[in-house]
Amino acid sequence: MAIEISTPLTDEVVARLKAGDNVRISGILYTARDAAHKRLVALLAEGKELPMDIRGQIVYYVGPTPARPGRAIGSAGPTTSYRMDSYAPVLMEHGLKGMIGKGSRSQDVRDAMVRFKAVYFAAIGGAGALLAKCVKASELVAYEDLGPEAIRKLTVEGFPAVVVNDIYGNDLYEEGVRKYRVS
Amino acid sequence: MGCNGLREVHVSDVTAAIKKLCVSANCNVPRETIGALERAVETEESPVGREVLKQILENHRIAREEGVPACQDTGVAMVFVEVGQDVHFVGGDLYAAINEGVRQGYTEGYLRKSLVNDPLFKRVNTGDNTPAMIYVDIVPGTDVKITVAPKGGGAENMSGIAMLAPAAGVEGVKKFVVERVQKAGSNPCPPVVVGVGIGGTFDRVALLAKKALLRPVGSHNPDPAYAKLEEELLAEINKLGIGPQGFGGRTTALAVNIEYAPCHIASMPVAVNLNCHVGPHETVVL
Repeated sequence: MAIEISTPLTDEVVARLKAGDNVRISGILYTARDAAHKRLVALLAEGKELPMDIRGQIVYYVGPTPARPGRAIGSAGPTTSYRMDSYAPVLMEHGLKGMIGKGSRSQDVRDAMVRFKAVYFAAIGGAGALLAKCVKASELVAYEDLGPEAIRKLTVEGFPAVVVNDIYGNDLYEEGVRKYRVS
Repeated sequence: MGCNGLREVHVSDVTAAIKKLCVSANCNVPRETIGALERAVETEESPVGREVLKQILENHRIAREEGVPACQDTGVAMVFVEVGQDVHFVGGDLYAAINEGVRQGYTEGYLRKSLVNDPLFKRVNTGDNTPAMIYVDIVPGTDVKITVAPKGGGAENMSGIAMLAPAAGVEGVKKFVVERVQKAGSNPCPPVVVGVGIGGTFDRVALLAKKALLRPVGSHNPDPAYAKLEEELLAEINKLGIGPQGFGGRTTALAVNIEYAPCHIASMPVAVNLNCHVGPHETVVL
């Protein structure tokens, strides 16, 4: 049974989520990948304002395909998260509460999630056609020059994801592999 | 037919074929892959893994029926062309015609443009997904066989090459391949297809691994010794416990495809190139 959550995420909601929980997310997701992260972190380093308020928000690591006419978005599944590992802790320090991607995170990122009370969700990689059905609207926020890597504000309903890392230091990938590994 | 028994092929036919293949390959997951995913739903022991496999199958159905790319990473366009040696291309530059097909396919087909012009300093998106990665082989005959295999970055980043000593033998190859897949973990979107190249040289072995991914899931190397190694590697990889999407389970790989080539007496190169569960590729013969 999936847990219904909506953005912005509160500390209370984040505290309730445990690695392995299935969730359905409704509300706002901000898209950002490698190039956008580089710019966001550079702005923070200079003490400048970000193009969006990330406090309590979820960043979705995705670079969608262009929308066909009449559609909100094209194919929109997660990209591999470790490439954002060097940027993620500083965003959490500034209030980011959730990340959606695929694949495992570094120890630094996992430690930052415990410290700053944030969660990491995985969506099904390569299921871009299915996940796109949950995206109801898409609006450009910043960095149009980055093409598929621009920051977009997505309005989603019932977006399916799994909690991989919770604020208690648990990791679904490690637990899952341990359970099914034949040595 | 032109003079001297040559067959003339206009490069605009190549452009049109490539355009069509780019769009079609990204929306239509190969039926052999779908079959393997359906069988995995029956055999997977992990309930979470079974649910993931079902959602992947649902995704691939939506992609095919609605003409939406199965994955948002519509990749770099890998283009393999086998040109009959009695073919004469007319009407322009073959490589330019291929890139024009990619440009048209990716811009008019609502595919993602995922290439930057410079890998290190500028990293500016080229805007039309060109240039393609093009490999041309000359073969006997008058056919032109074109394969487009869009290659996503997530699985590609998990590739690896080892220049093993011949003494490493079968066990050395197995150890390297299994360790690569283990290290890749959840990153390449399992269940994966594992392309393995053995032999050749440093450059050639990588191409062998990539070409191995063009073979349908479920096919085997015609050499029985390599076919057996494919089966053994698949069994070992599926003991790793990574499972669908890395959430734990028995279905880490759908297939291991090996291609091999002769090599130097001092060498035994091995390369691993992974495909995700989409693993798109489509072929047409002109």
